[in-house]
Amino acid sequence: MHKFITIDQAVAKVQDGDSVMLGGFLGVGAPLRCIQKLVERGVKNLTIISAVNGYPGGGFDMAPLFSNKQVKKFIGAHIGTCPEAVEAYKSGLTEVELYPMGTWIEKIRAAGSGLGGVLTPIGLGTLVEQGKQKLTIEGKDYLLELPLRAKFAFIKGHKADKMGNVEYRGVSVGSNPTIAMAADYTVAEVDEIVEIGEIEPIRVGTPGVFVNAVVQGSTFAEHQKEVEELWVRTGRLQAQ
Amino acid sequence: MDARELIARRAALELADGEVVNLGFGMPTAVANFVPQGVHVILQSENGCFGFGPTPKLGEQDADVANAGGQPISLLPGASIFDMATSFAIIRGGHVNTAILGALEVDGEGSIANWAVPIAPGKYSPGMGGAMDLTGAAQKVVAILQHTDKKGSSKILKRCTLPVTGKGVVNVIITDKAVFHVKNGKLVLEEVVAGMSVEQVKAITDAEFEVAPDLCEYRLAAAPAAKSASS
Repeated sequence: MHKFITIDQAVAKVQDGDSVMLGGFLGVGAPLRCIQKLVERGVKNLTIISAVNGYPGGGFDMAPLFSNKQVKKFIGAHIGTCPEAVEAYKSGLTEVELYPMGTWIEKIRAAGSGLGGVLTPIGLGTLVEQGKQKLTIEGKDYLLELPLRAKFAFIKGHKADKMGNVEYRGVSVGSNPTIAMAADYTVAEVDEIVEIGEIEPIRVGTPGVFVNAVVQGSTFAEHQKEVEELWVRTGRLQAQ
Repeated sequence: MDARELIARRAALELADGEVVNLGFGMPTAVANFVPQGVHVILQSENGCFGFGPTPKLGEQDADVANAGGQPISLLPGASIFDMATSFAIIRGGHVNTAILGALEVDGEGSIANWAVPIAPGKYSPGMGGAMDLTGAAQKVVAILQHTDKKGSSKILKRCTLPVTGKGVVNVIITDKAVFHVKNGKLVLEEVVAGMSVEQVKAITDAEFEVAPDLCEYRLAAAPAAKSASS
């Protein structure tokens, strides 16, 4: 089955009030063109599920979703990098649910893997344990963390074929393969769409069975340029 | 030498050859610059790699290769890349030997607070990121912080006032004035900077502590020989 559609077609499926998982880590490995389109569409009351928030300093990545007042709830491990998100949280526009990052990813993995939850010692003795069931297994205490899934997942890969097989590149793999498994509808934004058979099977990071749609994001060259400009502008990369 | 460099150079001495090491956001990242000669550690970035190296020069960066702070990194020979679930299996599974984390507060029980600053009633920022996983499961947890805040008040408290990241999890506390070990839930003063007495440390430390019988002067890793050549 051919899964190639446009970004407009993919993002048009998202409605007010939907839950949306976003891959990426401070903009790296993030489906930037899909996020941009979500901002343009202006769908409201979204629950955004992402490991961390927008690129440090704001103005990029998912920051406009917050300044555009589209986020009802954020579920992740960290919010403080993105001033727009912190402001929305502080003012009460956005509710925030925080988990230790390893717990956050395991909740999603559980959802995608048919598990009823995970038992973890992380968070014991902290605010994280509030309201959670505690279980003692072979003399050790654990928190029961429940599965976390979403209606949509937007992931970012390097290449995808028309069956939806995704190849990742570099450290940008991140949460992408895990969230791809835990949504009703998963969209893979990639640098390049290739013919079936062009991705070596062992290089497939997310099998196409988890992917409902493949969309062309920025090209590889455009992506490199955009991030270079961002890193230079924000003082993270200097000519030496 | 400023306080941050002092702390980074002392913290670098906590690393042993062959260790898997995670350096937290902020001040801990500077520790990588002072790893003693002959000590080779494998640095983890929790977004998903082992074996990262210095910040690349403009033109040598890769948009898909960055650390958990969103900064470009280079990958050294022998580096490996993995997804986030694997990265936290590494941490939670106890495969990290040493984690060095910045702290807002530490206390006399070896608890650390570094994730939650109140921004409104019941609301905290910035969030714990991977810090709870690291404090909960790394074999050795090193907390680094300035000894006092801008007003001169101790950040080594009897009990943390901020929500804790981990309760009784810290093994070593390194400040710009002193080094403490946490042994059986109690602080033991191990090192003091030159020219400072134990009484002076007591005066700026809210928590109770014992003094090690072999108390010594604050040790420092050497500054890198040729900074320009290493980057």
